[in-house]
Amino acid sequence: MRFTVNGVEHEIDSNPLAPLLHVLREEIGITSPKAGCQQGGCGSCTVLVDGAPRRSCLVAAAAVDGAEITTLEGLGTPEALSPIQAAFHENYAAQCGFCTSGMVLAAHAYLENGGAADRASIQEALAGHVCRCTGYVKILNAVTAAAGGEVSSSQRWLPQTGEESPVEVPGAPA
Amino acid sequence: MAAATMALETGAEVLQPSSEDEAISAFGDGAGVTVLAGGTIVVPEMTYGYLKPQRVLMLAGAGLSGISRDGSRTTIGAMTSVQDLADLAAPLGPCAANVADIEVRSQATVGGNLCAPPGRDAPRGDLQAAFLALAAHVRSAGADGVQTDPIDAFLANADARLVLAVSFEEPAAGAFARLDRPHTHDYSALTVCAARGADGTARIAVAGVAGPAVRLRSAEAKADDPAAAADAATADVTFADDALASAWYRERTLPVLVRRALTELQEAA
Repeated sequence: MRFTVNGVEHEIDSNPLAPLLHVLREEIGITSPKAGCQQGGCGSCTVLVDGAPRRSCLVAAAAVDGAEITTLEGLGTPEALSPIQAAFHENYAAQCGFCTSGMVLAAHAYLENGGAADRASIQEALAGHVCRCTGYVKILNAVTAAAGGEVSSSQRWLPQTGEESPVEVPGAPA
Repeated sequence: MAAATMALETGAEVLQPSSEDEAISAFGDGAGVTVLAGGTIVVPEMTYGYLKPQRVLMLAGAGLSGISRDGSRTTIGAMTSVQDLADLAAPLGPCAANVADIEVRSQATVGGNLCAPPGRDAPRGDLQAAFLALAAHVRSAGADGVQTDPIDAFLANADARLVLAVSFEEPAAGAFARLDRPHTHDYSALTVCAARGADGTARIAVAGVAGPAVRLRSAEAKADDPAAAADAATADVTFADDALASAWYRERTLPVLVRRALTELQEAA
């Protein structure tokens, strides 16, 4: 089996019946798709398969032989966020972050398909994604802003790798 | 997750046909074969170790998808996604649109939904009710070769058959009523589909009862009077308790759904 992940082709050795989620996380080492419920019920493992959002926990590896897979890592970089990533950043749409990867990819696909900036349609598109922090309002704000072209910049300041000072946690072992 | 990964180390034989003919021959009489269509049911069952298949027939490359029309007859390939039905006329379209969310719906298949056995905690297979109401025919392969059966007969023997396609005559009118789901991921506790054929006869079916979907023949006999049909709605049904709803609750809500569906059917005609 071979598939392309974020533009890089990979020869896959995993069991052909292994969920795509496990292949991405354990064989390729891409960890943005989260192993939440692993039965299709939470949306935290959503990736794009040939551009369409799919639950990677429900997809058998062999079923996507030859496909182009996009994960969060393939959307943008810290220096140049994709519009939907910038919208999440500007609108404080991530809390603990566990659902964020799936939310962003589903929202990205919604925008790519010309999704409108109305909340009901966005809710329908993201209905399968659960945020256990219950941060839905800000997530909907972010997607609505991105769909309406209201994101001011995809070049927002983010900490550069190696620049930030180490976080000191009181009581933590040295 | 370590345990989930280990469940896959059993080394099942994976058959990957690239055409309908190859799929039919790989399925054979179906003995010991687990069919993997969209994967929305089978993959997590393997992940959690509930299902330890010996031979897996993976249909992803076998074709079998698409919707075609020949006059008033619509034919739907087994690997067509449930989402692809969402814009069709009632009862099938709204019934399909009520399945899961758009991502799961786009991966789940018509054949998988038709063959889905009841789950551990909830009923499955809403489309069975729509196809029963539409008096659909199922083309399938198995021990006796390829044959086309009325949906009622097919559902009684679905375990041993490989669905190839489903077809039906466009109804004169259709209607759909269901219990609202608390969340898009929930299966429907009760789904009622009704259709009036070109000859004027009404068929009503319900999914979410014990076992596969069933026709409500007593209600059909009074289809022109929704209130009377509602009173007869429970005569042909066995209800079950599960994680979604109790049998008690289903028995009291089915008549309401039947009345709503038949009222809608009258208004649509």
